[in-house]
Amino acid sequence: MNRLILPFVRIFRFYYDGFSSMSWWGKRVWIIIIIKLFLIFIVLKIFFFPDFLHRKYKTDKQKSEYVLEQLTKSK
Amino acid sequence: MFENADLSLVDWSRAQFALTAIYHWLFVPLTLGLSFIVAIMESIYVKTGNEEWKRITRFWMTLFGINFAIGVATGIILEFEFGTNWSNYSWFVGDIFGAPLAIEGILAFFLESTFVAVMFFGWNKVSKKFHLLSSWLVAIGANLSALWILVANAWMQNPVGMVFNPDTARNEMISFWDVLFNEVAISKFLHTISSGFLLASMFVLGISAYYLLKKREILLARRSILISGVFGLLSSLLVIYTGDSSAKALAKAQPVKFAAFEALYEGKENAGLVAAGILKESDSKIGNTAVNDFAFRIEIPGFLSIMTSGKRDAFVPGIYDLVNGNQSRGIMPVSEKIDRGTKVRNMLEEYKTARKNNDNDKAGMLAATFRDKKFNEENFRYFGYSFFKSPDEAIPNVKVAFYTFHLMVMLGFLFILEFFLAIYFLFRGTLEKQKWFLWVALFSILLPYVAGELGWVLAEMGRQPWIIQDLMPVSAAVSQISSGSVITTFVLFAVLFTLLLVAEVSIMIRQIKTGPKH
Repeated sequence: MNRLILPFVRIFRFYYDGFSSMSWWGKRVWIIIIIKLFLIFIVLKIFFFPDFLHRKYKTDKQKSEYVLEQLTKSK
Repeated sequence: MFENADLSLVDWSRAQFALTAIYHWLFVPLTLGLSFIVAIMESIYVKTGNEEWKRITRFWMTLFGINFAIGVATGIILEFEFGTNWSNYSWFVGDIFGAPLAIEGILAFFLESTFVAVMFFGWNKVSKKFHLLSSWLVAIGANLSALWILVANAWMQNPVGMVFNPDTARNEMISFWDVLFNEVAISKFLHTISSGFLLASMFVLGISAYYLLKKREILLARRSILISGVFGLLSSLLVIYTGDSSAKALAKAQPVKFAAFEALYEGKENAGLVAAGILKESDSKIGNTAVNDFAFRIEIPGFLSIMTSGKRDAFVPGIYDLVNGNQSRGIMPVSEKIDRGTKVRNMLEEYKTARKNNDNDKAGMLAATFRDKKFNEENFRYFGYSFFKSPDEAIPNVKVAFYTFHLMVMLGFLFILEFFLAIYFLFRGTLEKQKWFLWVALFSILLPYVAGELGWVLAEMGRQPWIIQDLMPVSAAVSQISSGSVITTFVLFAVLFTLLLVAEVSIMIRQIKTGPKH
């Protein structure tokens, strides 16, 4: 059992030590990364960037019919 | 062109994509190039055991880390925009765009993320050789990530390896290898990554010049200039060579873009390359589009013909030939392409009606025609022209294409000179005395960024009106959403990216002023 867990413990310690002894710039960029990922994946994706076709249509058939309609609309 | 498309919506959607791509490209090239420079420096450290090389490596690795971290995920917004603003396009391209982007995502996550951690946390925890291997894998991984993005982009410039399925209204990949080894993709990938190497070299050279001007970190600066000078000079030469290959590929795949960036209207044999010039609008027009003439130009005789096919007597078609056609040269007029595209569009309409009326025989017959190789080569490849009202819509903005191309090339030659001088002064032992050169090198940090962005403006604006060359114009690709929502997100991005850029530059400047740890 220990043999199975040991590599994971070592990996955890590797990251734990790395993060805990991080330099000034490292801490700053991690704060920026977390804020940025929150803004991109939570705020922008959910509130400002819904998938247009996915929001309008449930099935792939409906989506393809819509796009076909768009592509064959009169000039 | 596409009557139902709201032009302001198309323009804002394009502006938003351009803004996001331009900001994204401020972070990417430094990552591509600096990762290799760091790996080279660390290789010297491991080989020599000299602690000063370790110190130099760790300093540049810190600046690499800041840029890498701030730039992470800025490209993902481009994918959001595909789904929201460019839904017709996203659906139409099907899995062709999805496959390379998925590979890029997996590769970037597993290769870069894993080994970046070893790069930064692994000093004194893993062996020297494993640490060095991690640094090289980060550099290779970052550049391979770029490959898949550029393969996707190259497909838009030169769509190959697919067949259109009218039932799903999507293109389906029939040859992964044709997509991957697309001539435009190979030259674009090599040209783009080598421009990243060049940019990073100028970044290292400029900051090292700053230390020499401040009379501090002299050994670090001299050694860094040696590496960046040699790497930068080789990269600059590679940029010129791959730029030439790109031009050859463009002359075949996007001849109108090629003619536009040389402002070549009348096709000719022994065509000269314009080394520098100023355009002015002439009185003549092609349809509603004004024709540009030269107020002044310096031309290298015959060089454009040599660039396209290696022969001085090769015919290079001009914009007139490509729009109006040139029977003796076998160039089809755009009016004929419009007819062929309209034929495909009418067939698509027929297919839609047949499916609606449950006329399975007719629908099946039409679907089989869309799979036919001859039909694809002779007709479907011109589908996008069916959205045109007049042939001159095929002409991009010639002034933008001409000036972006020529400025980019001029900067390219300036970089060769700078790297050459850096090496020359270093070996003469007079580098610290050349204050003028050190100031030039410091301010030149910005120039490869300008050159890189000019390259992207040329690539993307030079291929207008297409989002997919000959298959789909931008006006047919856009989602029918309100332009107000696009304007809102445009402003949001402008603010977010500017804040990220300010954060990066301020942290970077602070680290540069602090210098490496002693």
